Amino acid sequence: MDVFLQQLINGLSLGSIYALVALGYTMVYGIIKLINFAHCDLYMVGAYIGYLCMTHAGLGFFPSLLLSMAGCMLLGVLIEKIAYKPLRNAPRISLLITAIGMSLLLEYGMMFFFSPNVRTYPPMTGLMARSFTVGGVLLSMQQVVIWLITLALMLLLQYLVHRTRAGRAMRAVSLDKDAARLMGIDIDATISYTFAIGSALAGAAGMLVGVYYNTINPLMGVLPGLKAFVAAVVGGIGIIPGAMAGGYLIGIVEVLVSGYGFSMYRDAIVFALLILILIVRPAGLLGKHEGEKV
Amino acid sequence: MFELRDLHVHYDMIHAVKGISLRVEQGEVVALIGANGAGKSTSLRTAAGLKKPTSGQVLLRGEDVTAATAQKRVALGLSLVPEGRHVFTGMTVRENLELGAYLRRDSAGIAQDLEGVFAYFPILKSRQRQAAGTLSGGEQQMLAMGRALMSRPEILLLDEPSMGLSPLLVGEIFDIIAKISKAGTTILLVEQNAMKALRLADRAYVMENGRIAATGTGADMLDSEEVKKSYLGGA
Repeated sequence: MDVFLQQLINGLSLGSIYALVALGYTMVYGIIKLINFAHCDLYMVGAYIGYLCMTHAGLGFFPSLLLSMAGCMLLGVLIEKIAYKPLRNAPRISLLITAIGMSLLLEYGMMFFFSPNVRTYPPMTGLMARSFTVGGVLLSMQQVVIWLITLALMLLLQYLVHRTRAGRAMRAVSLDKDAARLMGIDIDATISYTFAIGSALAGAAGMLVGVYYNTINPLMGVLPGLKAFVAAVVGGIGIIPGAMAGGYLIGIVEVLVSGYGFSMYRDAIVFALLILILIVRPAGLLGKHEGEKV
Repeated sequence: MFELRDLHVHYDMIHAVKGISLRVEQGEVVALIGANGAGKSTSLRTAAGLKKPTSGQVLLRGEDVTAATAQKRVALGLSLVPEGRHVFTGMTVRENLELGAYLRRDSAGIAQDLEGVFAYFPILKSRQRQAAGTLSGGEQQMLAMGRALMSRPEILLLDEPSMGLSPLLVGEIFDIIAKISKAGTTILLVEQNAMKALRLADRAYVMENGRIAATGTGADMLDSEEVKKSYLGGA
């Protein structure tokens, strides 16, 4: 039982990170129907910005987190403007290929400028380095911080999407672009806003993973990015609560599988789960099968 | 008030609108009728800024808006109720209506117009919290019209408001269009139901293969043998 609880707690931390990354995939897909392959590299860039802030600039955890979110936000919007916007009316496959190219550019650009070497995050100090046992389960302050930050960001996201004018515009654009234009909504601005939010969440996830696992490298985004994408699909792509649920589900399953000694099969099981869920529910866990309404 | 000048519109290789000119004066109801595929919807979509014309001009309240975005045109007081309604199905009725007022900041005026929309369409008031996708076709048409009114338009463009509705509902929708017109909104109406449209309209244009084939007052057109034969099913 203790093992189970312990692994559940670890899974919750990993799941938080997947969920944050999955949100970006799902939001961008919701609005321009693009699987943004470069999204996982924004997460990597976020980890590097955090690393630079903490080591070279000597900043604390929270300022570094904010800077890495801001940096990724900027980069995400820039990528959309430079690479995706000119293809707004092109076939979707062109957009997809551009996204793959952008992903490779970020990965190998990072290797070129910052070397392919693994970097190590500085050890946490003070309160962040603490850990405590509750009922036989080891809980580190870092994990608690990851949960709380993820929770806060998700609440903030729900607020932005449902309670603000820009959020309402985002939902309108994702539902019906022409109708949104007829309301006077600026489609380009709304798409930029979506990329900004999604990318900031990826930046936060990158920084959190750096703190949690210590090491970062230019290809660190590839596999977690794929899993976060799986999480978004499992939850129902384009659906925000679906990405959250999918992220936690995959994180917890992965850690539990490893925890019970099957770490070799960890990734295989995660992807088998994807296939299974999609066979039973092709639109994802929270997805609705939308019949055409005449 | 509103004018299309020698407008040409292409869809790839298809020349859908071949140089139409029409004008709508302040306070008028103008009907644009014609067979399926005559280019009526394309003309309206171009007027609203959803489609770029190949050549020609769109004038709105004395301004040339041919190059302006759809957003700019809404701000200038043009609102299109598109063919097929296009309500935001995943949102509530209330949210749809609020999006209609997206560009407005005067919350008192918005609240007032919301009451106005509920007065036209009482059913929408009782369905405020319901998802728009669960409404019937007629209710969705009402919602699309109410949503367009929420921008407080000077000119309302209606694309086939009666399409797919029962005869009873068609009558109801036309009554409401007449009321909206009486309240001071200028209206350009595209309709397949030519008889009803001509009865309501001050003036009308008949479109055929992308061109204006005839024009006149609504009453004249109803009397015209030519129009009767082609668009009102003989008799």
